[in-house]
Amino acid sequence: MKRFASIAFVTAIALFLQGCAGWQSALDPKGPAASELAWLIWFFTGLCAAVWVLVMIALALPLMMRPRERAEPLVVDADADNRKLRVVLTAVGLTAVILVGLTLLSFFANRTLAAIGSDAALTIRVTGHQWWWEVRYEDATPSHILTTANEIHIPAGEPVRLLLTSTDVIHSFWVPSLSGKLDLIPGRMNVLDIKADKPGVYRGQCAEFCGAQHANMGTFIIAEPREKFDAWWNDQLEPAAAPMSDEAKTGENLFLKRPCVMCHKIGGTPAGGTVAPDLTHIASRQTLAAGTLTMSRGNLAAWIADPQGVKPGSHMPVVDLNGDELNAIVAYLEGLK
Amino acid sequence: MRCAVAVLFPVVLMLVACQREERDTRPQSALGSGEQPTPVTTLVPGGQRPSPTDNKAASFEANAFHLSEGKRLFGWFNCSGCHANGGGGMGPALMDEKWIYGSSMESIHATIRDGRPNGMPSFRDKIPDDQIWELAAFVRSLSGKAPSSAAPSRNDDMMAHPSENRMPNAATLGKSP
Ligand code: HEC
Ligand code: HEC
Ligand SMILES: [Cu+2]
Repeated sequence: MKRFASIAFVTAIALFLQGCAGWQSALDPKGPAASELAWLIWFFTGLCAAVWVLVMIALALPLMMRPRERAEPLVVDADADNRKLRVVLTAVGLTAVILVGLTLLSFFANRTLAAIGSDAALTIRVTGHQWWWEVRYEDATPSHILTTANEIHIPAGEPVRLLLTSTDVIHSFWVPSLSGKLDLIPGRMNVLDIKADKPGVYRGQCAEFCGAQHANMGTFIIAEPREKFDAWWNDQLEPAAAPMSDEAKTGENLFLKRPCVMCHKIGGTPAGGTVAPDLTHIASRQTLAAGTLTMSRGNLAAWIADPQGVKPGSHMPVVDLNGDELNAIVAYLEGLK
Repeated sequence: MRCAVAVLFPVVLMLVACQREERDTRPQSALGSGEQPTPVTTLVPGGQRPSPTDNKAASFEANAFHLSEGKRLFGWFNCSGCHANGGGGMGPALMDEKWIYGSSMESIHATIRDGRPNGMPSFRDKIPDDQIWELAAFVRSLSGKAPSSAAPSRNDDMMAHPSENRMPNAATLGKSP
């Protein structure tokens, strides 16, 4: 029985710790900011745990010891009193030293975080919307400015400066594997510097409750080697691929004739809506609707047929389409690599 | 017993208010957008008003959720481009008591869906039907035709002075940050 209980306990702990690894974990840092923070978390936790254990021992010992017999309880024992006073003063002093020490540690960690992006060559404007992320790559040449959504490609090993703002309510940008969180506030611009040490995909999540679909407001940081990143940027600047099949051609026409055109932009077509994700290269993304669905033909159809079923309350309305129309639009969007 | 009533009564009162926020985001009717036979005129021989064929008008009119969605869409679909924020520009003002084509939910719905001859574009097929009803409800609220308990409030940036958190900081006034 006892054996079983301990096995169950160890398994539970192991499963628990499993959650610490992966593409979205502050305890599995993949960049300098997150490493700094993870170190801080462990140090704080370790030190505070040690203090807690010491306090518990100090409490438990007198409880377990038998009180010494004293002949005369009312006689003042100056020696014993002095000893007690010294113990209490030492404890208070140690507490003060530890608190000041921890404060200093977190102060220096903050300085390190602030210095990460001081020489950032790339600036990305991230705008929060209910419930998706607009991502704009700034460039001195206007024709190189790139707008996309929900997926943030960055060059690995280079610091990147993110300018965070919002158009509706307060959101918060948090990619635990790379950095701490920072709010996106309407009318304000916050600056967050991030750096991914190695190529990889890191998941982020809105970390400030922002309405019905807050939980489905995910984002992905995709860190790639510099050449791959540059190639990606150039590809994304291209206008949308022309439809290849008749069905896709019909889909394009439908997209332009129906409500889709009011909200979405597809570069190279008259669709120029700016209130919803840019769909110029939608099929090159890995997920749909801010990480809610993985990208596939079936999921595209599911989303367009019933966005309110997939993400109830989302700002994309149900558009009345028959089966053929839906298939055509999906065929068209699927080709927008 | 008295105590139970004292607790239940306010709870019931509160629950009544839930209706104000009811959110149906999926269209119920199987009819295609814009296919509802909404009358374009209220004039019919015999002096009888044609009655609407579904309850959209009634269920959207006083619903806070639909009204605020309408407000958002009014900006998204650039109604403001011609009507400003209701004050009027190239298109007529929508916050006054004057209505060229009638102030009922049905007539405003028809105005948005089918357009009007002197420059109001038709949004048929460009806005799903439910969203047209939301816009119609919001347009009515501009002239106070929606219950004030449900109507969306005016934007901060349209107030006479900036909201509290945008007020210039007295300490840094006149200095650049
Ligand atoms: C009223 C504006 C509006 C209309 C009309 C509209 N959409 Fe959307 N769409 C949105 C918004 C807002 C989102 C983001 C939703 C979210 O993630 O919460 C979105 C998301 C999407 C996405 C996923 C984008 C991404 O980056 O993951 C696709 C694909 C899409 N819409 C296709 C369409 C098609 C096709 C139509 C026409 C049948 C359409 N939309 C009509 C507002 C609209
Ligand atoms: C291109 C400019 C333009 C846009 C965009 C536009 N309107 Fe209009 N609107 C007009 C004009 C002009 C009229 C007057 C038409 C007439 O007198 O025949 C009008 C009339 C109206 C009326 C009727 C007012 C009355 O007194 O009966 C309503 C309601 C209305 N618009 C709502 C909207 C809404 C809602 C939108 C956004 C979906 C919108 N309009 C977008 C130009 C525009
Ligand atoms: Cu959120």
